[in-house]
Amino acid sequence: MHALIVDDSRAIRSVIARMLRQAGWTVSEAGHGQEALEVLASLDDAPDIALVDWNMPVMDGYALLQALRSNPGYEQMQIMMVTTETEIERMQQALAAGANEYLMKPFTQEALAEKLGILGLDLAA
Amino acid sequence: MAPALDPQDFNWLCTFLRTESALVIDESKEYLVTTRLHPVLKEFGIATLTDLIGRLRQRPLGKVHQRVIEAMTTNETSFFRDVHPFDTLRDEILPELARKRGAAPLNIWCAAASTGQEPYTIAMVLREKFPDVAARTKILCTDINQTVLERTKNGIYSQLEVNRGLPAPLLLKYFDRKGSEWQVKPELSRMIETRILNLAAPWVGIPPMDIVFIRNVLIYFDVETRRSIVGRIRKNMAMDGFLFVGGAETLLNIDNDLTRATAGRSTLYRRAA
Repeated sequence: MHALIVDDSRAIRSVIARMLRQAGWTVSEAGHGQEALEVLASLDDAPDIALVDWNMPVMDGYALLQALRSNPGYEQMQIMMVTTETEIERMQQALAAGANEYLMKPFTQEALAEKLGILGLDLAA
Repeated sequence: MAPALDPQDFNWLCTFLRTESALVIDESKEYLVTTRLHPVLKEFGIATLTDLIGRLRQRPLGKVHQRVIEAMTTNETSFFRDVHPFDTLRDEILPELARKRGAAPLNIWCAAASTGQEPYTIAMVLREKFPDVAARTKILCTDINQTVLERTKNGIYSQLEVNRGLPAPLLLKYFDRKGSEWQVKPELSRMIETRILNLAAPWVGIPPMDIVFIRNVLIYFDVETRRSIVGRIRKNMAMDGFLFVGGAETLLNIDNDLTRATAGRSTLYRRAA
């Protein structure tokens, strides 16, 4: 499995990346939406999932979500918002724009694993 | 980190828990005792675990005794825990029972309902796939622990709890925001009925159950108590009912009148024909 982690917090990226790598995943990272698009353009194959923070400089997670969902090249890639935005309206907005899942910060490792499981990406597999 | 318990106190506590709730704790679970009882110390302003054991040795049984039993019998849980049982429920069990029962009500029993994530998961599965059946389904939630059962009844969960295993679309559909917490909507909560019940003691007044969930609970009891509990549950099941146990649990040599049924990756049993 291959995940792209998009978050302006290096600490959050590092926590998630460590967990996924321990499960044998390949991990790519970006600090904001624009960088995520550049990383994706440099990859031969799209990752299985992008874990996307909402509030980031340069290009936020919602703009990235819209950009990815308007590009047929990434329609197979699942997108999970991982964010401190916990309002119902934000969640509705993200799902309507094509996010597959939504994880609210703070979260435990178990919660992340369970959300990935919902998307058929079993960490234990 | 809490200091280790004096071996004598630990043994006394094990006996107390076994006598009062049939809960079996061995030395390997000492860490569980220290972690679980820490909040009780805080709640009652008791300085050390040794002091707490001293209070427990006093009779009659009171609030402290009850809270200790509750703290030790509360299990961590999540929505859609282990996933497979709910797939089996949706894809195999509910279609079969819906066909057989017709317009008759369906009775489901979560025998150790804890804080309610399991019964509400079942309720969501029903509402999503079998709304007509859901309207005539009662989910009986029992637990020895009054505090967790109260939480089941209220159906209010923290953000950390709704993050656990609950797909975002279902969170939006079946929960209302209540300040920083999330409350189950009435369409789910009206399917739920709660009742305090000690599985290790005889019970009365529970109707024949079509489906029983008793997952990851029996492991806490000794073999004799397991046999007694499972036997009484079986007698409380409809002849064509189903019993779900935890993925790593087996009823082999526990109850020979229940036979293991093959259904996906779930561990479930039916009454022997």
